Amino acid sequence: MAKAILGDSEKWFIVHGVQDDFRTDGRSCENYRHIELETGILSNTHGSARIRLGSSELLVGVKVELGTPKPQRINEGWLEFHVDCSPNAHPVFQGRGGKELSDNICSMLTRVYRNNTVMDLEALGVIPQKHCWVVHVDVLILECGGNLIDAASIAVKAALYNTGIPNISLTDGDEGEVEINLPDDPEDVKHLKTINCPVLVTLSKIGNRHIVDATDEEECCCSASLVMGVTRRGHTVGVRKMGGGSLDPESVTEMIDSGKKIGRQLHISLDKLLKIEAGMSEDIKQTGYL
Amino acid sequence: MAGLELLSDQGYRIDGRKPDELRRIRCKLGVFTQADGSAYIEQGNTKVLAAIYGPREADQNMRNQICHDKCFLNCEYTQATFSTAERKHRSRGDRKGQDMSTHIKQTFEATIQTSLYPRSQIDIYLQVLQADGSNYCACINAASLALIDAGIAMKDYVCACSASLTKGKPVIDINHVEESSDCAELSVAILPKLDQIVYSELNGRLHANELPDVIDAVVRGCKDLFVVMDRTVREHLEETATTFTHS
Repeated sequence: MAKAILGDSEKWFIVHGVQDDFRTDGRSCENYRHIELETGILSNTHGSARIRLGSSELLVGVKVELGTPKPQRINEGWLEFHVDCSPNAHPVFQGRGGKELSDNICSMLTRVYRNNTVMDLEALGVIPQKHCWVVHVDVLILECGGNLIDAASIAVKAALYNTGIPNISLTDGDEGEVEINLPDDPEDVKHLKTINCPVLVTLSKIGNRHIVDATDEEECCCSASLVMGVTRRGHTVGVRKMGGGSLDPESVTEMIDSGKKIGRQLHISLDKLLKIEAGMSEDIKQTGYL
Repeated sequence: MAGLELLSDQGYRIDGRKPDELRRIRCKLGVFTQADGSAYIEQGNTKVLAAIYGPREADQNMRNQICHDKCFLNCEYTQATFSTAERKHRSRGDRKGQDMSTHIKQTFEATIQTSLYPRSQIDIYLQVLQADGSNYCACINAASLALIDAGIAMKDYVCACSASLTKGKPVIDINHVEESSDCAELSVAILPKLDQIVYSELNGRLHANELPDVIDAVVRGCKDLFVVMDRTVREHLEETATTFTHS
């Protein structure tokens, strides 16, 4: 992981600031940095989103393919996550340098989305036992400014909201086989129901308090952090402790309660933003990186 | 693609361009805050991000490449999994990526004034977000702008353009469909003001008599590209200058 280099006095400054609920950029312990989100910027994907959280920048592309259903779940499709750390973010990601970080984020995302209540996987089924939709979600990390896990989960939810799966029609072909026909119109799509998709909230413990949305420097000062998946209703769909330090059982309950509250608020703002963007007229040009 | 002509009888290509027209080019400098220099370029549907780190002290694992009288370049070209029409997972260090990285490194070794930065390293990272033909050219153009953004001394801009020959006419700035056809493909990178070719690569067969025409066309394409890039750099400079003087 690309770590910022901090001297001891800088670390103490951050720790003492957090004790007084005052972080180096003026935020309180439970505030997120400025988030910029844009969807549908990659024209050759079925869904995409770009997020800028403070100085962290990620790009998510979703492509759907027809595949064979898993033997235990013949009526359902599935989601497949893949995370890539671009060397643009930090020279240390060159070659295979970013593998550990990308594996971490990938496993967190796979774990929270594996839940049945999160996504209606039966809607992804096409022909039981033969065909189903496989949704490949590719996350590309372009800049590391701390809190990549949260940014990735927000962008993934936005990209899935933006994803359109082609409306296929089934006709009877030769020899009793069913033929799958793709629509001619690229706009003839059905959208995924992302109402229950979770968002990952990382709570980092600094001193006696915990903070949300840690920057690179704050991540250096924290000994342990808790990553939890929270749905719109405030339900937890996955919890994982990361980092080399230890956590008190009482602080864990405190952090989970905090996380649920923050997660709910995040969902409200995110859903509102996605609705506004979807309703925006087509005259407004998308800027992407320009 | 049966029945799809690369050049129609009226002289229009599949996307409606004339043979000597470039695709729509939009670029921006200074896209990232953490890299020393960065740029983004869109050539039609090909979108590339470039980031420059350096000149800086050489990495631990690259110590054996240090030169006492010049800097060494480290280049990595990566394509996102969603960049092509079919999703394809490319591992780092695959043949094509390595190939591209070497070509780009060679191009910039000829352009950057490496003798000004002895014993240091300059990293050039290219990320292709969407690939629709002329990937190498878009990468060179993006890296050139990013190097200007990083303030690294170069002999001149580097502008790259690709060309092909269809029905006896040279067509420039080819897209993916034109690339996948059987025609020859020539990519050239030039220093526009010095009028020098720093890199050229030809794939496929081309008759020796037809080569001068194609090279002329591609050099003209590069010069047109230079106009766009120069304008972008000057606009960016004006914007940055106003933030300094009016603060």
